[in-house]
Amino acid sequence: MSDNGCGFPAPGLHSFLFKPIFEVGGFEFNKVMLLALISTALVVTFFYAAFGKAKMVPGKVQMIGEAGYDFVRRGIVYETMGKKDGEKYVPLMVSLFFFIWIMNIWSVIPLAQFPVSSVIAYPFVLAGIVYFVWVPLTFKRHGFVGGWKNITGYDNSLGPIKWLVAFIEFFSNLLVRPFTHAVRLFANMFAGHLMLVMFTVASWYLLNSWLIPAAGVSFVMTIAMIGFELFVQAVQAYVFVLLACSYIQGALAEHH
Amino acid sequence: MIANLVQLAAEEEQNPLIPPGPELLVGAIAFAIVFFFFWKKLIPNINKVLDERREAIEGGIEKAEAAQTEAQSVLEQYKAQLAEARHEAARLRQEAQEQGAQLIAEMRAEGQRQREEIVAAGHTQIAADRKAAAQALRQDVGQLATELAGKLVGESLEEHARQSRTIDRFLDDLDAKAEATR
Repeated sequence: MSDNGCGFPAPGLHSFLFKPIFEVGGFEFNKVMLLALISTALVVTFFYAAFGKAKMVPGKVQMIGEAGYDFVRRGIVYETMGKKDGEKYVPLMVSLFFFIWIMNIWSVIPLAQFPVSSVIAYPFVLAGIVYFVWVPLTFKRHGFVGGWKNITGYDNSLGPIKWLVAFIEFFSNLLVRPFTHAVRLFANMFAGHLMLVMFTVASWYLLNSWLIPAAGVSFVMTIAMIGFELFVQAVQAYVFVLLACSYIQGALAEHH
Repeated sequence: MIANLVQLAAEEEQNPLIPPGPELLVGAIAFAIVFFFFWKKLIPNINKVLDERREAIEGGIEKAEAAQTEAQSVLEQYKAQLAEARHEAARLRQEAQEQGAQLIAEMRAEGQRQREEIVAAGHTQIAADRKAAAQALRQDVGQLATELAGKLVGESLEEHARQSRTIDRFLDDLDAKAEATR
């Protein structure tokens, strides 16, 4: 616990660590895992309500579900991969988008108030899944040599710098990419949560001090940050899925 | 100081960029469930319905197009019939006018002819009547003159009164005759 002398409980890494709720044979089950599983339940329940008994003339829930589904399918998958190549990846992208979005939204839900995606394990799993889709796909589509050429951007027309380009591309595509893919989501949610905790804690702390007007400012900032976070949560889910689509599209493309 | 260092080391251990194993497992399971539901059940479901809906809409459009085409052809047919009927009516009117004009002309010619006939017959009749009248008059006048002369000769003309009586008588006779012939 950071203690800088004035007793302000500044948020830090400890804000992202939770004591286990229960423990089964050394497996510690904590709040974040619970939230992750509730996310699954929520997404599945909602979309089961929407699409489980889908009708020609949609009800309200189905209409909302269709709007979300259409947004991901048309707005992201078809836009990046085209209808022909993209159709196969629609289930993956739709589940990624809504799962990530719900995991992010926990950030502003009372009682939960913690974005699951601000724990690196969750974005990492998802980025890993995308990675293990597009890398084998590259070699399957272009063969062994062609696959390497696709990943490294090897091109004879580049002349002598082609080796340099190939090295940089290899490094950035095959090694760094899954990391940045996961960290982009993680860091946004991590920072957002820190800010929210900071202003919330500060509001309470300042209210109990002689600087009461500052508590008002901090509280207004908390509200503003919640609005901003709602926006960031949706954008980050969108960006994650968009990048996943563009990686798969790159794997399928003839020339890198 | 030492306590601080220990705490720092502890925080170093909990590097937020190093994922703990159990969380990875839970994340993978949580996502796997979502993905399987979408992949096996929900997306095929909704795609089927969307396809059906699109087909229904396309079918509806096709039907509407067929109906419109039919309506168009019927309208054209109707218009053609109407134009034909108008043409026919105009032709009939024209014909009737021509026939009427011809009829009037014929009747006028007939009337003219009849009138001329009547006039001619009248003229002939008058001429014949006048001739007969003239003949009758001439006969009568002659007879009268003869009668008058006989009377004048037979009776003495000396006596004016008698003479005038004779003339009166003659004229009375004439009147009576005229009366009788009327």
